[in-house]
Amino acid sequence: MQQLINTALGGLTLGMVYAAFALALVLIWRSTHVVNFAQAPMAMVTTFVALEIIDHGHSYWLGFAVALAAGLVLGAVVERVVVRPVEGGPEINAVILTLGLFIVLHALASVVFGNRYRSFPAAFGIRGIDVGGTTIALTGFGIFTILAVLAVMTLLVLLFRFTDLGLRMRAAAFNQEVARLLGVRVGRMLTLGWALAALVGSLSGLLIAGGSLVSPGYMDSVVVYGFVAAVLGGLDSPVGAVVGGLFLGLSLSFVSGYVGSQLVALAALAILMAVLFLRPDGLFAPARERRV
Amino acid sequence: MRRLAAVWHSTLGRHLLVTAAAVLVVVLVVESVDDFRAVQLTQMAYLGIAAGGLTVLTGLNGQISLGHGALMAVGAYTTALLVSDDPVLPLPVALLTATAVTSAVGVVIGAAAARLRGPYLAGATLALAVALPGVALHFGETLGGEQGLRLRVPETPGWVLDAAYFVTAHDLTRSKYVAYLAWFTLVVVYLLLANLARSRVGRRWRAVRDDEVAAELAGIHLGRARVSAFVVSAAAAGAGGAVMALAVRLTAPTGFTLTLSLTLLTAVVLGGLGSLTGALAGAALLTFLPSVITDAGTSAGLDDIRAAELAPLVYGVVMVAVVLLAPRGLVGTLHAGWRRLRNPAVTPDPTTSADAASPGATVATSKGDTR
Repeated sequence: MQQLINTALGGLTLGMVYAAFALALVLIWRSTHVVNFAQAPMAMVTTFVALEIIDHGHSYWLGFAVALAAGLVLGAVVERVVVRPVEGGPEINAVILTLGLFIVLHALASVVFGNRYRSFPAAFGIRGIDVGGTTIALTGFGIFTILAVLAVMTLLVLLFRFTDLGLRMRAAAFNQEVARLLGVRVGRMLTLGWALAALVGSLSGLLIAGGSLVSPGYMDSVVVYGFVAAVLGGLDSPVGAVVGGLFLGLSLSFVSGYVGSQLVALAALAILMAVLFLRPDGLFAPARERRV
Repeated sequence: MRRLAAVWHSTLGRHLLVTAAAVLVVVLVVESVDDFRAVQLTQMAYLGIAAGGLTVLTGLNGQISLGHGALMAVGAYTTALLVSDDPVLPLPVALLTATAVTSAVGVVIGAAAARLRGPYLAGATLALAVALPGVALHFGETLGGEQGLRLRVPETPGWVLDAAYFVTAHDLTRSKYVAYLAWFTLVVVYLLLANLARSRVGRRWRAVRDDEVAAELAGIHLGRARVSAFVVSAAAAGAGGAVMALAVRLTAPTGFTLTLSLTLLTAVVLGGLGSLTGALAGAALLTFLPSVITDAGTSAGLDDIRAAELAPLVYGVVMVAVVLLAPRGLVGTLHAGWRRLRNPAVTPDPTTSADAASPGATVATSKGDTR
């Protein structure tokens, strides 16, 4: 029983992080129809930026804030400089481009920060909390993780639902031509979308890193889990991404706890294949109208 | 002379002539290098074999795969299991079995992949590449776990030694034997791939890539064409993996990380999608350039580990630049430039020639927009 609860709690925390990462992928997919496979190394780079700041004796929170800001800038620069030319072109070019970026950022981080494992501090305790004499697997940092992701999601909902800027961003994503005719600076909106997505991605990178080891490759499997979570939700729906992330986090946690931790990635692959075969548009997509 | 021209004009004849020339070049090159270079050449061969398979899949059929590293792992593990057994199988039999096993895996993955497009396919194969090393770890008892499977290259058969002595007049070392095996495999695989690409099967693959609706109206079964392309490509990756197992002599999960799959994709993109010459050129770059770049890095004052990461940095940057500036890849761009030099009046249409034998394929070949 205790193991069951602990596995579920671990899955919940992990699921929140996957949800954040999936949300970053969905934001980019909605605005530019590109799956950003370079999201993982982008988050890795900003996490290393935070680590450098913290290791130089500054506070955790300064590193945290700088990493998020760095994510914002990195996302904007990547969209404007590298991705803009392939937007709207053949899908395969965009895929290859983001993978090229994946390799570049990976190698760059290894050259600049070195490729050994380094430990990343956590802002809160990473020991389980005592409840009635038994220790459960929910840590202080885990609670912080859940709250941080929830806060970011709330802010995004507020931005998209209730602000003029959010409306313009949605218009640019929905129909570029019409949005442009109505006076929306579509290019800027796309850049902003990438920047916001990269910020959310950086947050997930920081949350995964907290209290564990980081190396240039530590986010590689997360890009797979984030992608699976996003596809679970339909790749198009922010709510779907969050639910997909939670579902995936829980499932993978149970696979890891009861079957074998090495098969986690295989389980993710199996879930992905099942979704793509049974409901290719994701669990949350509205039934698509089809001409008969 | 006229007869030679006639042979040259038939596709098979031309490919066989090129094959004969390639065999000659392989013998000359392998004989003229030392053992260290022979090992490097073997590495180039196994990367080239797998990249050849990938270029056919991505360039001719428009399917992208990040799982070819995983398919190489299937070939490599099969070979390692077969060759470590007593009595030892003859190596060609082991190579063929590994290829067949990988093709069988390719049928399963190809059937799934045929239903997916662009980023979905990339994501699914990416998941495969990340998942497969975990399988080797989980079934550690048969597959060696973290340590991997060691492989002892069996004794070189007597007749091979005799033949080699007869041709070259000195003894054949073990690494050169493996180099020969690797390169002859490459020549055979490339001959088959080039023929297939020029045949009805290859035309179907291209038709499916260019326009699904038109292809279906012409009576092509889309799923069958996609799966067959994937199986052929997987077979090549399996053969590449089998050669890799022989060359590296250790088959372990760390050899088949995501990096390997990305390396193959890099080789294919650098050379130009759909071009076998390009795939070979890409494999050559990935084999021989790292040491040059690493040396440049160490002399610029970086420590060894960081200097070793400069090579992927350069590839990644070149790959991004190729997609942005020269989507035909290196070989395709050179080829187009050469054609423009020879007859400047004709501006080459980038969409016309996209086949394996004439390297004019573009990256931007998949027109089927399925958003």
